[in-house]
Amino acid sequence: MGIRQFLDKIEPSFHKGGKYERYYALYEAVDTIFYSPASVTRTTAHVRDGIDLKRIMITVWLCTFPAMFFGMYNAGLQANVAIAQGYGAIEGWRETLVMALAGSHDPNSIWANFALGAACFLPIYLVTFVIGGFWEVLFAIKRGHEVNEGFFVTSVLFALILPPTIPLWQVALGITFGVVIGKEVFGGTGKNFLNPALTGRAFLYFAYPAQISGDAVWVAADGYTGATALSTAQQGGMDQLHQQMSWSDAFFGFIPGSVGETSTLMILIGLAVLLFTRVASWRIVLGVFVGMVATSYLFNWAGSATNPMFAMPWYWHFVVGGFAFGMVFMATDPVSASMTNTGKFIFGALIGLMTILIRVANPAFPEGIMLAILFSNLFAPLIDHFVIQANIKRRQKRLAQPPVTEETA
Amino acid sequence: MFELYLSLFIKAVFVENMALAFFLGMCTFLAVSKKVQSAIGLGVAVVVVLTITVPVNNLILNYLLKGGALTWTGIEGAENIDLTFLGLLSYIGVIAAIVQILEMVLDKFVPALYNALGVYLPLITVNCAIMGASLFMVQRDYAFGESVIYGAGAGIGWALAITALAGIRERLKYSDVPAGLQGLGITFLTVGLMSLGFMSFSGVQL
Repeated sequence: MGIRQFLDKIEPSFHKGGKYERYYALYEAVDTIFYSPASVTRTTAHVRDGIDLKRIMITVWLCTFPAMFFGMYNAGLQANVAIAQGYGAIEGWRETLVMALAGSHDPNSIWANFALGAACFLPIYLVTFVIGGFWEVLFAIKRGHEVNEGFFVTSVLFALILPPTIPLWQVALGITFGVVIGKEVFGGTGKNFLNPALTGRAFLYFAYPAQISGDAVWVAADGYTGATALSTAQQGGMDQLHQQMSWSDAFFGFIPGSVGETSTLMILIGLAVLLFTRVASWRIVLGVFVGMVATSYLFNWAGSATNPMFAMPWYWHFVVGGFAFGMVFMATDPVSASMTNTGKFIFGALIGLMTILIRVANPAFPEGIMLAILFSNLFAPLIDHFVIQANIKRRQKRLAQPPVTEETA
Repeated sequence: MFELYLSLFIKAVFVENMALAFFLGMCTFLAVSKKVQSAIGLGVAVVVVLTITVPVNNLILNYLLKGGALTWTGIEGAENIDLTFLGLLSYIGVIAAIVQILEMVLDKFVPALYNALGVYLPLITVNCAIMGASLFMVQRDYAFGESVIYGAGAGIGWALAITALAGIRERLKYSDVPAGLQGLGITFLTVGLMSLGFMSFSGVQL
């Protein structure tokens, strides 16, 4: 029996009056994963397009894969290099798993690196997916809306911006906050105003700073402290950063950091697909980039004797920390960004500006892109409001001008 | 000097945002944030009131109330007089008077805004953000110039916050909030999340 026949067979029990009426949302979710719905728009007032929310979300999800797989490899590599230097591996079930899979901590073995990275990342992703999915389905059933693929994106993004060593219960707590308070209380996908993945991470960041920031959390080796590029630059200046890593290391991603954010190259591959399929708005991406470049030039020009971050050039800002990841996957979230075309430029530029401002001027937070995007999300509706008002004014003005032909007559 | 003022201004607007860092002035903040237009109106009113009241209260403090402040009158024994216990009373009096004047001016010249603000305009008198700014000024011992900048900055920060909230709430009209959270409930959550966004500034050093 094919999947279609099976789904058709069980469908009646999920309809009104059926045995599992209240679980219709679950049925609908499974059905639409396998088949596109048969119901299509017929009237004229709709744009007909092969792409729908589901495909958009799946595209974004797939676009994170290069960064995700490379991130797993790199997380393992960083840890194995540290272990080869004499640090202990973190004991526990993870270690047992890695030993069973790879059998060694050899940093030269691609498989050993990948196994260790996967043993760190996949549990995080799994917890995110299961716990977040639980809330998503619970709300869908209770409130009668459909389970939405937006959650695929939220969960993968959330998992990718966490450090590899984060305790799993914190992952569960963070995604719960992100999904419930960041999204579901407003009515689900498309009705929230903050990016749910970032909301969850910001919650963790302020609630449990010890496990998500600092120098000790980025490499999964016991007792090893490997500062991220940004905190190195903040403490020791650009000279020390150059000693620790080269620009190409940072660009290709061989640096400590959150799992998904290290490799700018892999993220740019994702960006290329997103832009080609027009899923991500090029206006937002361009806005963020230009805002970042302009603000870093401003700080370079202003200069400071005491704060070495002022001197960081834009091409370093671009490759270190989560800037590329935030620009490509977070800022372009169509729900929480500005909707108008002009607004998207302004929204993006605000993110770029705030990112550099926080990185440079706020010693409390070495990384800025997360909070910059959250901050800009707050102003996205307002930006839209003013863009629309300006459009209305311009058109009224145009209307108020008498046609030229009348004047001559 | 200019740098000092600039950093004080940015601190007042963003880092120590009256609404989102100190949660002051909440009643009007929650009540008048349904529409962007009226939020801007109220925001401007708060900016005006703050920019006037904080410096005026600064003068009152420094030339009338502080210990020894009355020496300039030449009265015998004036340097021993300390009237700071009259502080709260005087500040609120100044605020009430200025709000009253503002109300009359608006009624006369901008009746549309006057009607839109309704009862919330007189309520500015007891808006904690206004009183709070004056008390912060006293506590931090600002000089006159600083108090002008601080008053304007605190007002602009509050206005910015309420306008952003109004923008979000206009958008949330299309959301599907659970019945138990509709109205103020979801607004409280929204403000909490906004505050999370404004946390980006906590610790900024300029």
